[in-house]
Amino acid sequence: MPVEIYLNVAASGLLTGLVYGLMALGLSVIFGVVRVVNFAHGEMMTLAMYLTLVLFSALKLDPLILMVPVAAVLFVLGYLLQRGLINPFINRPEHSQFMLLVAVALVLVNVQLIVFGPDAQGIRTSYSFDSFQLGALIVDASKVYAAGAALVVAGALFAFFRWTLLGKSIRACADNYHGALVVGLDVKRLYALTFGIGSACVGAAGAMLMAVTDVTPTIGPSYTLLAFVIVITGGLGSMPGALLGGLLIGLTEALGGVLFTPSAKSMFAFGLLVLVLLFRPQGILGRKAA
Amino acid sequence: MTQRTNRRQFNQALAAAGALGALSPFGIARAQSKALKVGLLLPRSGVQAGIGQDCHRVVEITNGLLRDLGLPALDIMNGDTESNVDVARSRAECLIGEGAQLLVGAFDSGQTTAIAQVAEQRGVPLVINIAAAPPITEQGYKFVFRNFPTAPMILGDAFANQLELFAATGVSPKSVVFMHVNDTFGAAMQKGFTGVMKKFTMPYTVADTIAYDPAARDLSVEVAKAKATGAEALVMVSRLNDAILITRELVKQRWSPKAVLSMGPGWYEDQYLKTLGKLGDGPISFVPWYDPNKKLTKQLEAAHRKAYPEISLNTNHVYTFEALLIAADAFKRAGSADPKALADAIRTTNITNNVSPGPGIQFNAKGQNDKLKDSAIQNRGGKLVTVAPKDAANARAQLPMTPYDQR
Repeated sequence: MPVEIYLNVAASGLLTGLVYGLMALGLSVIFGVVRVVNFAHGEMMTLAMYLTLVLFSALKLDPLILMVPVAAVLFVLGYLLQRGLINPFINRPEHSQFMLLVAVALVLVNVQLIVFGPDAQGIRTSYSFDSFQLGALIVDASKVYAAGAALVVAGALFAFFRWTLLGKSIRACADNYHGALVVGLDVKRLYALTFGIGSACVGAAGAMLMAVTDVTPTIGPSYTLLAFVIVITGGLGSMPGALLGGLLIGLTEALGGVLFTPSAKSMFAFGLLVLVLLFRPQGILGRKAA
Repeated sequence: MTQRTNRRQFNQALAAAGALGALSPFGIARAQSKALKVGLLLPRSGVQAGIGQDCHRVVEITNGLLRDLGLPALDIMNGDTESNVDVARSRAECLIGEGAQLLVGAFDSGQTTAIAQVAEQRGVPLVINIAAAPPITEQGYKFVFRNFPTAPMILGDAFANQLELFAATGVSPKSVVFMHVNDTFGAAMQKGFTGVMKKFTMPYTVADTIAYDPAARDLSVEVAKAKATGAEALVMVSRLNDAILITRELVKQRWSPKAVLSMGPGWYEDQYLKTLGKLGDGPISFVPWYDPNKKLTKQLEAAHRKAYPEISLNTNHVYTFEALLIAADAFKRAGSADPKALADAIRTTNITNNVSPGPGIQFNAKGQNDKLKDSAIQNRGGKLVTVAPKDAANARAQLPMTPYDQR
């Protein structure tokens, strides 16, 4: 098989992996601060994808522009979800949190089925069928734009947590819950803001994915699983780890598919997960529990 | 002039009404219903809901067409199998219990197998609209009839039609990649493809066989791998969503095969054509279809277009309609709704004014219409034309396909 095939497939895998990484970043941010695992993560992303679809139909704007209002809507939704529903469960046993978020996921899937029907739906932009050719390398234009946007959003998020007062406050909550309370931080509000920020990441990723793939209500659980695989591989709670995990999973799936059999692509991603769990249980960039 | 009813007259009327009501269950005082009660079993909810509902669309226009043909109207009793084998079995029992004199259904082979067992046990005829698993008509059943090709018939006709198209256009690929969805249907078709292909002298070799996940979100790797083989054509067994994904990847990866030859759904469906526009033109699908030149096809198409202007006539409509046509024809000839008389009448069916390709509807000793022919249909200008077999065609095939970058 010609070498350029491997190059093409690897490039495609890396670009897709960046968007997946942004999706998983939301999960990692929420867990890193609020210590709640969002089992409705994929379903929230399909909601963002449908929102993009509806806005695209109404406004005919590019999904990369729609990313801003979709992320804003998901931020509000995440904020309200945390304040109204999840907050009372923060100190309850983990299985209660699990059941709550699985219930939220089921509600989301069924509402989407009722509203949008079971068929796959997509959007067609002016560059939907374009690709860039660099010598033997052919790269999907939609994936390039989506990956670029994912990098920008991830960069903005890193900057927010590193240099803004609010970002530092959220990090303080994540590092030391009681310490944050002692210095007078409004931890409940910060938790809700964090859940909103994590949801906004998912919203942005959903809008980008609409430029790349179609949406059905039932794909939510597979995205939830994918996000888990990525954050566990990269390191649960680590933001750079989520992006790295996305890149690794994207690349592994792509090369596994071309080297062996495409129908077993996911097997290679899970194989990588097993190896990470065996040899570095905290994830590649994760911190060991104290 | 008004006349008041006295108490004695009122009591007499009440007694007469009571007697009539008491006798009616035995059919003594009720006039015999003229319409045949047909239990129509389709997956109208669950995973196959879309297809079941699509099959059901034709029911709305069937009685009008039957009347035009001088056939009796049917009293349709709907049963939803919920895309589930066990539910299909129990619904069949229920419909028979509620008075169904003949059953029609049920799109899916598993569900149809369960219904066939019930029909045979209860001695009620079943006319299968769509189900391709060969064993259904290999059990020695006396009350089960199928007017739909079996899987080997579908594959055999697909190869025969390909040879006809290659000869007619003078274009034949030297090598193909066989890509199939890796589910029960796709895996069965892959085995059948390999087995049946040996019986034909095909001009191509299979450069590679690529199976892919039915839930795949991205098929770029699969298409890259297929492109790398240097094959001239793609042979596909897919579903709708993956057919759209693959076409997008073909365009993005700048690969225009000479032909896309599909042996499954997806490539000819309305949503495929609507989603892809001019990029959806070119693929040829080998499917149980209809003969566009037949008189009844034109009548069915006209009635269907009037009722559903946005939906093209397809396999689901045609074979559900023909199953109901068989029922009405048998009822008329039998002159009775007695199940045995109906089954005997179906066995001697000879309908030449029909819709599906081939000489018409007749059943062999096993209850199978083995004279059915499949068609090759090509997407052209957002519509479907039949390009083979020659007797049932309304257009010439365009091979090779117009390259994607020249559209």
